[in-house]
Amino acid sequence: MAGIIEVHNLSKTFVTKDADVEALQDISLSIQAGDIYGIIGMSGAGKSTLVRCLNFLERPTSGTVEIEGRDLSALSEKELRAQRAEIAMIFQHFNLLMQKNVTDNICFPLLYGGVGKKDGGKRGTISKKDARKRAAELLEIVGMSEKAKAYPSQLSGGQKQRVAIARALAANPKILLCDEATSALDPQTTQSILQLLKQINRDYGITIVIITHEMSVVREICSHVAIIGGGRLVEQGRVADIFEHPKTQEAKELIVKGKGEERRTLEDRQKDLMKGKCCIRIVFSVNSSFEPVIANMVLRFGQPINILRADTKNVEGIARGEMILSLPDDAQIQQEMKDYLIERGLAVEEVDGYVD
Amino acid sequence: MWTKEMTLMMWEGTLDTLFMTLLSTFFGYLLGLPMGIALAVTDRDGIRPNAVVYKILDIIANIVRSIPFLILLILIMPFTKLIVGRSYGTAATVVPLTVAAAPFIGRMIESSLKEVDHGVIEAAQSMGAGTMTIIVRVLLVEARTSILVGVTIALGTILGYSAMAGIVGGGGLGDIAMRYGYYRYESDIMLAAVVLLVILVQIFQTLGMRMSVKLDRRKR
Repeated sequence: MAGIIEVHNLSKTFVTKDADVEALQDISLSIQAGDIYGIIGMSGAGKSTLVRCLNFLERPTSGTVEIEGRDLSALSEKELRAQRAEIAMIFQHFNLLMQKNVTDNICFPLLYGGVGKKDGGKRGTISKKDARKRAAELLEIVGMSEKAKAYPSQLSGGQKQRVAIARALAANPKILLCDEATSALDPQTTQSILQLLKQINRDYGITIVIITHEMSVVREICSHVAIIGGGRLVEQGRVADIFEHPKTQEAKELIVKGKGEERRTLEDRQKDLMKGKCCIRIVFSVNSSFEPVIANMVLRFGQPINILRADTKNVEGIARGEMILSLPDDAQIQQEMKDYLIERGLAVEEVDGYVD
Repeated sequence: MWTKEMTLMMWEGTLDTLFMTLLSTFFGYLLGLPMGIALAVTDRDGIRPNAVVYKILDIIANIVRSIPFLILLILIMPFTKLIVGRSYGTAATVVPLTVAAAPFIGRMIESSLKEVDHGVIEAAQSMGAGTMTIIVRVLLVEARTSILVGVTIALGTILGYSAMAGIVGGGGLGDIAMRYGYYRYESDIMLAAVVLLVILVQIFQTLGMRMSVKLDRRKR
């Protein structure tokens, strides 16, 4: 089935004084309507150039880009501008007009964009009043109604991106391109923006293309993913398939990098579990490495303990390092265990809800 | 002695200077603004690169800007006469002032517009905005503060030039300072004219900066 976006054998070469740089080589993609499609790669892989080729902000050196069957290279300048109104875009640095307030920013594509120019229509098919009304609706959708009159400099990064999303949706686009849209945001804000994108995809059926270097973003919301490395498409397919059976080195590297992020969130969850639990930090210094202190303690008390963190080394027959343990809930046993450890010459210190 | 006639003369000189400065600045922007826009837009990384147009404007700006104002004043006297009907006096001075100011203003506009974040321009392009729309609705809007600072600088510079025109009978405070201070050694009149010029520059500077800060939306 032909997708809403079809890219065939696309190459892009930048001609510079010193040398020609091949940013993209022979890339073919098919993105189906309604997909959330991730394009992931390390920085410098060419993914930002690729997304700019999808709306012809960059003209490919060779190959074709078809949007709903229309070859972009065959369009006149005017037709291309009308086409761009259907392909909205959001950016890493939001790119809002700093001298205009939130409402005026959202009205921009309606009043001055390519909308309405299609089919030889004139600009101004929408009045300022209607544009403002539409802006108010959009602010409602992205949850920013109370900031309608604010200027971008008064907003946080996440709020700016919400305004940028509202602006992108203003002209009822069929496609939304996201160029590292969450890369300048903290993890929590990233989550909320991704949820918003998911909701937009579900509610309005807008096809979303997400450019990112973070595997966690792809895993969070994408249905399909293409991995770009060194200007080439190295792997493409369903996110689940690529996660389970990465075929290429690049895919494996990105997934391993992503695992690190996942581990961190696991630790977050663990942290929540540990709240209210009695945790202690023990420091080894004089003990012989040959005495299994923890194992002996578990055997003696017949109670399980949880090792949350361990960093020990055997230095010349003596164990050096530290461990963080979560003790059983029984206060009596806790005290006995602590005494047991102190007897063995370990420094024991209580820590409040273990935090890495 | 300071007489009533002198006060009147000073007052008229001030008005003449204001007239020349403001009118020349206005005509200067009439020519310089499109020139600056064209320079910014047609440059290699502008929104409509055009090497030929850029180079032509670039050379014109450089030539005019490298001619000292006093020489330019004399050089274009026939042209001034053609337009105003005579080559001395307040109205005549506006012509060389405008010619000198336009490329200078063009350069300032160019640099103001080039400060606009490329990402915002790209965003407008991604919405399907055309070149003219981007110039009017993005470049000029986002560069507003910087352009106003430029107007302030231009006013001060043109005021200075207008005083220089006093040497060849240009009218205004510069003319008074030349005639009385230089030719007749009446330095108190010259001093009074200079003080008035300083006050005018101060007023322009303060008003201009205040306005540009007030219209800047980037601050909280």
